[in-house]
Amino acid sequence: MKHLPSERHTLSILVDNEAGVLARIVGLFSARGYNIESLTVADVSDDHAVSRITVVTSGPPPVIEQILAQLDRLVPVHRVIDLTAYGPHVEREMALVKVAGVGDKRVEALRLADIFRARPVDTSTASFVFEVSGSTEKVNQFITLMREVGLVEVARTGVVAIARGAEAV
Amino acid sequence: MGTEMTGADIVVQALTELGVEVVFGYPGGAVLPIYDALFQQNRIRHILVRHEQAAVHAAEGYARASGKVGVVLVTSGPGATNAVTGITDALMDSIPLVVLTGQVPTHLIGTDAFQECDTVGITRHCSKHNYLVKETAKLGPVLHEAFYIARSGRPGPVVIDIPKDVQIMKARYAKPGTIAHKTYKPQVKGDLAAIEAAVDMLAAAERPILYTGGGIINSGPVATQLLRELAKATGAPVTSTLMGLGTMPDDHPQFLGMLGMHGSYEANMAMNQCDLMVCLGARFDDRVTGRLDAFSPTSRKIHVDIDRSSFNKTVRVDLAIQGDVGSVMEDMLKVWRARGHRAADQKAWWEQIKGWRARNSFGFEQKGEALLPQKAIQRLYEMTKAKKPIISTEVGQHQMWAAQHFGFHDPNKWLTSGGLGTMGYGLPAAIGAQLAFPGALVIDIAGEASIQMNIQELGTATQYRLPVKVFIINNEYMGMVRQWQELNHGGRYSESYSDSLPDFVMLAQAYGWKGITIEGPDDLDAGIQAMLDHPGPVMVDCRVAKLANCFPMIPSGAAHTDMILSAADERGEADDDAKALV
Repeated sequence: MKHLPSERHTLSILVDNEAGVLARIVGLFSARGYNIESLTVADVSDDHAVSRITVVTSGPPPVIEQILAQLDRLVPVHRVIDLTAYGPHVEREMALVKVAGVGDKRVEALRLADIFRARPVDTSTASFVFEVSGSTEKVNQFITLMREVGLVEVARTGVVAIARGAEAV
Repeated sequence: MGTEMTGADIVVQALTELGVEVVFGYPGGAVLPIYDALFQQNRIRHILVRHEQAAVHAAEGYARASGKVGVVLVTSGPGATNAVTGITDALMDSIPLVVLTGQVPTHLIGTDAFQECDTVGITRHCSKHNYLVKETAKLGPVLHEAFYIARSGRPGPVVIDIPKDVQIMKARYAKPGTIAHKTYKPQVKGDLAAIEAAVDMLAAAERPILYTGGGIINSGPVATQLLRELAKATGAPVTSTLMGLGTMPDDHPQFLGMLGMHGSYEANMAMNQCDLMVCLGARFDDRVTGRLDAFSPTSRKIHVDIDRSSFNKTVRVDLAIQGDVGSVMEDMLKVWRARGHRAADQKAWWEQIKGWRARNSFGFEQKGEALLPQKAIQRLYEMTKAKKPIISTEVGQHQMWAAQHFGFHDPNKWLTSGGLGTMGYGLPAAIGAQLAFPGALVIDIAGEASIQMNIQELGTATQYRLPVKVFIINNEYMGMVRQWQELNHGGRYSESYSDSLPDFVMLAQAYGWKGITIEGPDDLDAGIQAMLDHPGPVMVDCRVAKLANCFPMIPSGAAHTDMILSAADERGEADDDAKALV
């Protein structure tokens, strides 16, 4: 199975919002040697009973199938949805990007940010913090460009994702 | 609603309502309130072990023999960490347990308090589920839910960590109704369309085989009956994993014996050559499959399992049916009969099997002064089979010889540590089984090295007057380690000699047991008879040939067809890839 090409999958996991549930999920990935490319978690229900964990993972198809089955048998897991296999869905992540510089570099940073629809959320005379959101590729591209105009540091949320259309999956 | 009582009383009350008769445990600071509650009642019997690991193995033995949930009660810190090996063992072998651990009071959690450890953190990945109960009011519902989770679906151990203040505080408790867990809903019934497809495949197969495992035993005695009916209806040969021994009678003409690393030649060859494999409650473990790319290359495979994650984990199957194996076999038989299927003509297949059987792969020849371990187990079987004994084992060569040479005819009679391979399992497991069946003959077939890993439990058997028998196959080596060193490491027996062994007879006597020595073939029968004649616990030190190897054997990383049948087949040292395997 190891020689099959690796695929990137975005999983949406609905779990009971209880102590230790994130440790169960993350621990399962590390114990069984699965990859985590990004991970986000937040309470998503009115009564704070259910959280949605979004995991971007990668592996050959049989490994992805195992990951889904292993997650599904954890007691506090309500549902596991492989959004990549499901089909049309939206994936977004947000980054805060700190850039320092003066003069031309500062002007160029602002101009590039505008093209990427990144908003300055903090500014000083020698720096900006931009908020940029979009696909992972777009965020990567923005960060790459910022390197040339004085990138200082980055904070990223990791991917959140949801299926397209009127229905809850 | 309900009566107000302390957390400790809630524990005892809930356990009573759940039908618990026996708790295996060891007291300590963080569980004193529960021990106090146990002291003041007489519905639940507490069995005091000598080490917490043994409490868990005893509960496993009790659960495997009786089909009930085994219950353990230990203290915080070292009590909990000592229990971890047993909990992991139960997870690997799908044994239903509820393990109650004491914890430091809630306000001290996280302060490195005396005898504090992160029990839920430590047991998160070696339990089916676990809880830290921080409010007394939740204790009752958690206990009931824990039993439901432990015994339903694929059974396993559930840990409940209870801080001491939660045991002392009061809350209202009422027996809950049926448990309907909001997320945990094991699938019992198999998909009917898939079952119909399976039946059609089975009816059309020319070289079918039923590959059965411990799931059938976990499903309950009815599943064993259904397997025997399915075997009869289809005429297919049946093989079993280590965990499934007893589901088919050992002497049944369709039974090929155990398969896998130390399984029979006919079972492994039939697995290799079949055109349809029906896996019933087994999981394609590496001891069973051997080299994966050579595993049954031309067969179509059907897999019935209650745990979805078992499908396609190591072996790709053509048809997966998720459900309780008993329920699925029942539906398979209904469909088989409704469609008027008859067992297909498998004459050529059975001829082939007959040829493999003729190799007599479990055969041995007892000659000379040294008693062969196989002979010792064969005689133990022949002299005890009328009593339908319950057999437990430790781990190693003696375990494999017991699996090969002791005949099993019924489920729940064979208690062995398969998945985790835990030395020290057998004696406490035998104690647990004896408590479930006080009148039964319970024998721990042990090795002289393994038995020392929980030998302190001799005292437990003495205390509760349990007539457990321990039959030590004593070859003065950690035999399986020595065998691997012989095969893979040039015969360099690094640290595998059992030096400074105790005098087992004197040791037995020191604990109030009877001790018997069997020196060689001539005292074998007399020694076994003396063991059976003694009404109390007996330890037999049976001295066997020191360098006997366990054959047949599929070396790690080899295919079923590369089986070593005897020492004459050994082919030098393994290459590094094979050496790296376990």
